[in-house]
Amino acid sequence: MDAAAINVVKSKKSSLSSFRQNIIVRRFLSNRMAVTGCILLSLIFLMAVLAPLLASQPPLQMKVTDRLKAPSAEHWFGTDEFGRDVYSRVLYGSRISMMVGLSVVVISSGLGLILGLYSAYYRRLDNLIMRVNDGLMAFPAILLAIAIMAALGPKIENVIISISVVYIPTVARTVRSAAIVVREQTYIEAIRALGGRSWRIIWFHIAPNCMSPLIIQATFIFAYAVIIEASLSFLGAGTPPPQPSWGNILSDGRTLMKQAWWIMVFPGIAIVMTVLGLNLIGDGLRDLLDPHTNKAKG
Amino acid sequence: MAKYLLMRILSLLPVLAVVAVVDFIIIHLTPGDPAAVILGSDATDFDLARLREQLGLNLPIYVQFGRWLWGVLQGNLGWSIFMDMPVTTAIWQHLGPTVSLTVMAEAIAIVLAIPIGVMAAVNRGTWIDQSFMTLALLGISIPSFWIGLNFILLFAVQLNWLPAAGYQPLSNGLLNHLKYLIMPAVSLGIMQGALIARMTRSSLLEVLNENYIRTAEAKGLNRWIVIYKHALRNAFIPILTVIGLTFAVLIGGAVVTETVFNIPGIGKLIVTSVLRRDYVVIQGTVLMTAAAYVLINLLVDLTYAWIDPRVRLAK
Repeated sequence: MDAAAINVVKSKKSSLSSFRQNIIVRRFLSNRMAVTGCILLSLIFLMAVLAPLLASQPPLQMKVTDRLKAPSAEHWFGTDEFGRDVYSRVLYGSRISMMVGLSVVVISSGLGLILGLYSAYYRRLDNLIMRVNDGLMAFPAILLAIAIMAALGPKIENVIISISVVYIPTVARTVRSAAIVVREQTYIEAIRALGGRSWRIIWFHIAPNCMSPLIIQATFIFAYAVIIEASLSFLGAGTPPPQPSWGNILSDGRTLMKQAWWIMVFPGIAIVMTVLGLNLIGDGLRDLLDPHTNKAKG
Repeated sequence: MAKYLLMRILSLLPVLAVVAVVDFIIIHLTPGDPAAVILGSDATDFDLARLREQLGLNLPIYVQFGRWLWGVLQGNLGWSIFMDMPVTTAIWQHLGPTVSLTVMAEAIAIVLAIPIGVMAAVNRGTWIDQSFMTLALLGISIPSFWIGLNFILLFAVQLNWLPAAGYQPLSNGLLNHLKYLIMPAVSLGIMQGALIARMTRSSLLEVLNENYIRTAEAKGLNRWIVIYKHALRNAFIPILTVIGLTFAVLIGGAVVTETVFNIPGIGKLIVTSVLRRDYVVIQGTVLMTAAAYVLINLLVDLTYAWIDPRVRLAK
């Protein structure tokens, strides 16, 4: 084949894949639930990024004369027992949730992908990795995270580490089950017969075909990570005060519930919006990328 | 069946071994000297050395692990210095409320979720399906502890119908027991129920497309008999799997829910131990919880075999 012919083939291939991408994007956008999810999540992202601009005052600024003020034009979400503005604190809290959620997704997807792929490709490794996986998955997620936090101490980095450890096995298992199917395909055999090296087969031929389940899983892990971070901080084992996180604002609100309902209500709404948004996106992606549920939908 | 049972139990051994190793390692990740943490900053070198010896901290790590594992196998999870009692006794004292709470939450979840899932599947695409599934989606998106806080705000603070927090054991009367447990159990059961309802719907939808369902309907059988006897029974395995797997979500939720409602259960024990860094208790309780989770999933697997002969006869 001469160079021109190769170019024609390449351009056809790329126009075909961009056509397919176009269809996927259009189908995703026609799913009203998924679009709602994207809007909700974008709102929270904007809140996190623009927190310094949107906040009415610094989240740590105290004013004793403004203690436990109900929501008003001046303090949209009211104030807490130190006279700090709850609206500004919820805004800044979104930064913690987004940072923890994203970091957990990146770390657990990355390490889980590596473990899952290698465990599917090398059968000897498989037994070892999957048994350790089973053991780790036997711990209820929050409990494992709490135990790790207890050992490492309450710091935001440790929150990220502990929640990532919890979800690496989940990702590894998902990737492995997708990769095992791909491994048996004829084209993998063909590449091997042509002398393709193992790392090339794993990363260039198997990995791209395991992306759909990984992406769906990552969306839900993001949602769980937000809930677990909030739970840990609520229990006093997560983001240490005075730095605001939705969980530790809720924890302040719990003790002051009788006098000041607003401290407890608004961060909760923020958590629900985030998690709901992520679940909507996850469901939408699953309908789109997972042929199994497509079939069930008829 | 006996062979199946034996195989399943044997397959648990490596899992439990990993659980033990991980549980042991986590606690030893602690930076610094555990003896210094326990005794505080004004401890003398002599006291520190004595405590280290008492806890076996001066031994090589594998010897410490061996001793600990040997103890665990004999039912000895260590001694809590803070509570001045064996960890097993502490767990035993806190077990009742957690069992009551989780069993009640699971029961509420199942009783609500399966009919909801069935209704949604049978009326697929209608407003019934859409509203139930929207509710289920909300259910998996609202953290149980926030539902709990809202319940307290509404039913205890505003309406004054139920006690805001606390726990009464069953021995103080069933009504009293339920009065304290209903709010925590419902708030804990909602997420669980939502997960089960979603799985019931999708699993039933798959079965409803099968030919034998069409045959049963063509025979003129009553629609509900077809759904409950023919379809649901075959849809049940994925539903059971979800019930088993999400039991972990339930236990995790219980930890936080117990703190919200001030229930003296395992969750409260763990949280208190974390706050005062009582590592022996954390280690023991986390180990017991993971073991319980493994056993529950074993029971779920055995239930499959009981419901579905294909599972127990498969080689």
